[in-house]
Amino acid sequence: MDKNTWFFKSTLLVIFTPLGILLLFETNAFAMHISEGILPLTWAVLWYLLMIPFLGIGIIQIRKRVKKEPYLKPLLGLSSALVFVISLMPIPVPIAGTCSHPCGTAISAIILGPFMSVVVSFCALLLQALFLAHGGLSTLGSNTLSMGVAGSFASYGVFLLLRKLRFSLPVCGFMAGLMADWATYSATAMQLALGVRGEEAFLPLFSKILIAFIPTQLPLGVLEGFITLGVITVLLKRRPDLIEFIYGLRTQEVRA
Amino acid sequence: MRASIVLTCLVLIFLCTVYANAEEGAKWVGIDEAVMEKIASEHGREASGPLINTDQGDLLLFLFLLAGAIGGFIAGYYYRMLMEAKPEIKTRVVNQNAN
Repeated sequence: MDKNTWFFKSTLLVIFTPLGILLLFETNAFAMHISEGILPLTWAVLWYLLMIPFLGIGIIQIRKRVKKEPYLKPLLGLSSALVFVISLMPIPVPIAGTCSHPCGTAISAIILGPFMSVVVSFCALLLQALFLAHGGLSTLGSNTLSMGVAGSFASYGVFLLLRKLRFSLPVCGFMAGLMADWATYSATAMQLALGVRGEEAFLPLFSKILIAFIPTQLPLGVLEGFITLGVITVLLKRRPDLIEFIYGLRTQEVRA
Repeated sequence: MRASIVLTCLVLIFLCTVYANAEEGAKWVGIDEAVMEKIASEHGREASGPLINTDQGDLLLFLFLLAGAIGGFIAGYYYRMLMEAKPEIKTRVVNQNAN
């Protein structure tokens, strides 16, 4: 068995054994986005308005690039499916006694860029809001802004920064995944605090929500880091030319 | 292979912990219910039902399973397309790299 096959099979074993076992548990639906009706109308509309430019730029980028770049369609399909599935996956966190899910936006942001990642997140969240009682249509703008915009841009920024500092690609992938999760839930805490605070001061409520997220999201962020690391490493091992092309890096440098 | 076995064991231990806690009666609620809806409720905002209410009986379980299966199929389809890319696609990528 060559090294690539060994790596691939090991990755599949590590990822799918626990996932398969998870399927044996009886579960209820665990939605982790802001639910329908929680945000007042003015805030819901404001988050939509702030999200729309990012979505528009993402759609324009897809339309322009998909004609020129033959590999973009499969990358877009793969990233969309991964973000959709990963952001649906409720994961129990024993130390907190609650469930939450990773976001997957770091993967799409690294592979496609942050703007296209916003489009991918929007589509995933729209399907979840419509058919899976996950999030809501009135809160779709705020959820896309937190998961799509904050998650994608934070992870992409960290990824590029660490690449410039010459960290290896897996380390950059791990940190990007970590930041995607933490940035998403920080943005959610901010949106919720602004939306429900009424006359109450913003900062104490924001801190209260953020602290309440920590026991669940701290370990989940680490898990998301490992998921991102795994996907990026598999792509790097199997198709270094794609990673090389995406970032214009020499193969030797990418493999370092 | 040793590393993957160790990792799998760690994940199994984690799942056993989850199962043990579940047996003790822990609810494993989503963080939306545990944090977001609770805080919103304290401030007078209640979550309303979804537009299309699929949270009825086992319908939602079925839809989650369906969504996972379709998502997994699409991911696998495009993954295979990328890993076993047609020669002309690979060539075009290499040519664009050279330019």
